[in-house]
Amino acid sequence: MTTTNPPAGVVTGAIAKESAASTAKKALTNPWASLAAVVIAVLWTVPTAGLLISSFRPENEVKGSGWWTGLGGPYTLENYREVLTGGSSAEFGTYVINSIVITLPSVLIPITLATLAAYAFAWMRFPGRNLLFIGVFALQIVPIQITMIPLLSAYVKPPFNLISLAGGEAPGGGFYTIWLSHSIFALPLAIYLLHNFMREIPGELIESARVDGAGHVQIFSRIMLPLMMPAIAAFGIFQFLWVWNDLLVALVFGGGSLDISPVTVRLAELSGTRGADWHLLSAGAFVSLVVPLIVFLSLQRYFVRGLLAGSVKG
Amino acid sequence: MRARKIRPGIAAAAALAVAGMVLAGCAEDEGDEGTNTAEGTSPGEGKAGCEQLVQFGDLTGEEVSLYTSIVAPEDQPHIDSYDLFEECTGATVNYEGSKEFEAQLVVRAKSGNPPDLAYIPQPGLLNTLVTDTDAVVAAPGPVEENVDEFFGEDWKAYGTVDGTFYAAPLGANVKSLVWYSPSMFADNGWEIPQTWDDMIALSDQIADEGKVKPWCAGIESGEATGWPATDWLEDVLLRTGGPDVYDQWMNHEIPFNDDAVVEGLDTVGDILKNEDYVNGGFGDVKSIATTAFQDGGLPIVDGKCAMHRQANFYAANWPEGTNVAEDGDVFAFYLPPIGEDFGNPVLGGGEFVAAFNDNTVTQAFQTYLSSDVWANEKAKATPAGGWVSANNGLDTANLVSPIDQLSAEILADPDATFRFDASDLMPGEVGAGSFWREMTAWITGQSTEESLEKIESSWP
Repeated sequence: MTTTNPPAGVVTGAIAKESAASTAKKALTNPWASLAAVVIAVLWTVPTAGLLISSFRPENEVKGSGWWTGLGGPYTLENYREVLTGGSSAEFGTYVINSIVITLPSVLIPITLATLAAYAFAWMRFPGRNLLFIGVFALQIVPIQITMIPLLSAYVKPPFNLISLAGGEAPGGGFYTIWLSHSIFALPLAIYLLHNFMREIPGELIESARVDGAGHVQIFSRIMLPLMMPAIAAFGIFQFLWVWNDLLVALVFGGGSLDISPVTVRLAELSGTRGADWHLLSAGAFVSLVVPLIVFLSLQRYFVRGLLAGSVKG
Repeated sequence: MRARKIRPGIAAAAALAVAGMVLAGCAEDEGDEGTNTAEGTSPGEGKAGCEQLVQFGDLTGEEVSLYTSIVAPEDQPHIDSYDLFEECTGATVNYEGSKEFEAQLVVRAKSGNPPDLAYIPQPGLLNTLVTDTDAVVAAPGPVEENVDEFFGEDWKAYGTVDGTFYAAPLGANVKSLVWYSPSMFADNGWEIPQTWDDMIALSDQIADEGKVKPWCAGIESGEATGWPATDWLEDVLLRTGGPDVYDQWMNHEIPFNDDAVVEGLDTVGDILKNEDYVNGGFGDVKSIATTAFQDGGLPIVDGKCAMHRQANFYAANWPEGTNVAEDGDVFAFYLPPIGEDFGNPVLGGGEFVAAFNDNTVTQAFQTYLSSDVWANEKAKATPAGGWVSANNGLDTANLVSPIDQLSAEILADPDATFRFDASDLMPGEVGAGSFWREMTAWITGQSTEESLEKIESSWP
């Protein structure tokens, strides 16, 4: 009895497992579940589709009736023309270039610093390491709004008679302050994220590299960097989207010069002083969407992989 | 204005220019009454319109930055109006408009990175800047002389904080206007009322004839729903209680629900809460609360409503192709005074020019903006209309649209007593909160006493 029973139990267990898997499979391929998924997908897409249709409708139509009444036309490119060429201060292309000039260093600087710092926190022993890491970790909870005035004051009148970074006479016309601010605000999260990712790399790998005579520089550049690529790319996308869509930092630290304003500043003014031109907003939304969409789609596979970085080991 | 592009070759030249400016700075003299002057002969010497600016000397190559809340497309007329200044002094004006102006200006002033000059749309903000940041510089002598010459005492007082005059008035808007259709009035033999009693008599007559309702209104405006009704109360209180009571009420020296205010709001109620009078083209009294303020006066064009009280900037809301003129489709008349004790009260708003340093070029530009020369340049640079100033040196012939001319005439009237929109000057909890809310509740049926009492108890 005792010898025959366990196999029977195993068999029944296996059957039970199989049936559980098949129920799960059934549940997931349930036509109702699929239908629900499709309905949700449609519901989420409808407002965006409405926005897209609105962006092609003439001003009077947009202001007079809902987008669903405009499915059959008339359509016009006037809104896009107005967004791209309107505005009297600068051409739209200038704002796009400004956005790129702001975004690239604001992504590269924090990534470079954070990768190095994360390596130090993860694999180098030095006194006060944990305390320092907790400090960096804690900085994440400081809201950027409360740092703005002190930080801007420090840029305008830096301590120790250093050269002023903000204002009309600043070198580089004010871009430095935007780059620096974005980097400052990004670093705590970047270091934390990359540190946790680095800790997951097996210690044996580092030890064997060390036995082979590699120093910190070689370990970092030959082992860590290639392994870290997904995490770095994922953070890069995060940071890119944040900086590209940012209005607050650019407004506050841009020193008030339209010459260095990004696209978001132009979009914020699109509707005019009293908001009378709000029909332009849908076209503006799609124009500003193009670049982040390209970046997101081309790096999408890193994004999902990198989202798991820093999470509990499974 | 095209974007500045810095090329390496120019950077060196710019460095030299900066050095030159530093040297020029050393050579600056203190002129009369706290004004600075630069050396050299002004490029505007002998040119028409430059008379006030030559005293500042040669400012060629200098730049002055201006920060405003006016963005495209309204910014272009402003930028065009600086051409004469640039010709006269050789300096360049860098214009920046932002819709986040009010928050950003305080941040920039507090952190020591203010623009040279800013257009401040509310005296309350000027007060905050002066008392909280200490960044605003008192107006120099020529500016004060211009303001004394071209603006009324009321206007100068709004640019003054604690006895020091800081900011000269710039543009203005007039809220004491009633829109009507000249052709509808002519067809029915109605006449523009000259007194409040005439206006009520006309309203009764229109209501009795029964073809249209005499009044229409709309106070829906998103999160600011109720503000057009606050303007109604302010406009009427200015007429029933007079400017002194109005000032006391605004500064909370008398309670918000003082008897004078109750009387004022009841007078408004005689029109806005009178089922016989409202709401032309929309429905009953309650429809006022749900009608967007942009649409509030439109039944006039459709022939369903006779009168609509709203500011001069409502001109932009008429459908395209509407002729806004005394002999056109719509026009406005001055909301008549109640009694003769207080002259012709005018409710309105406007911008003020505050300076954040006393550089020569800043003072020169400040002087230019406060002069009659600029007011006329601005009028000429605004071909589409929609701009007016209380500057009495402004020649109304230079204004393009009839409604702008009417507004300018009302402002320039020697009997006019101008008062700023009080809700803009009250604490935010009231002026941008309970006042709007309770006026909306008042329209939908709450009693006058209860509404005013609730606002009074919300005063911080």
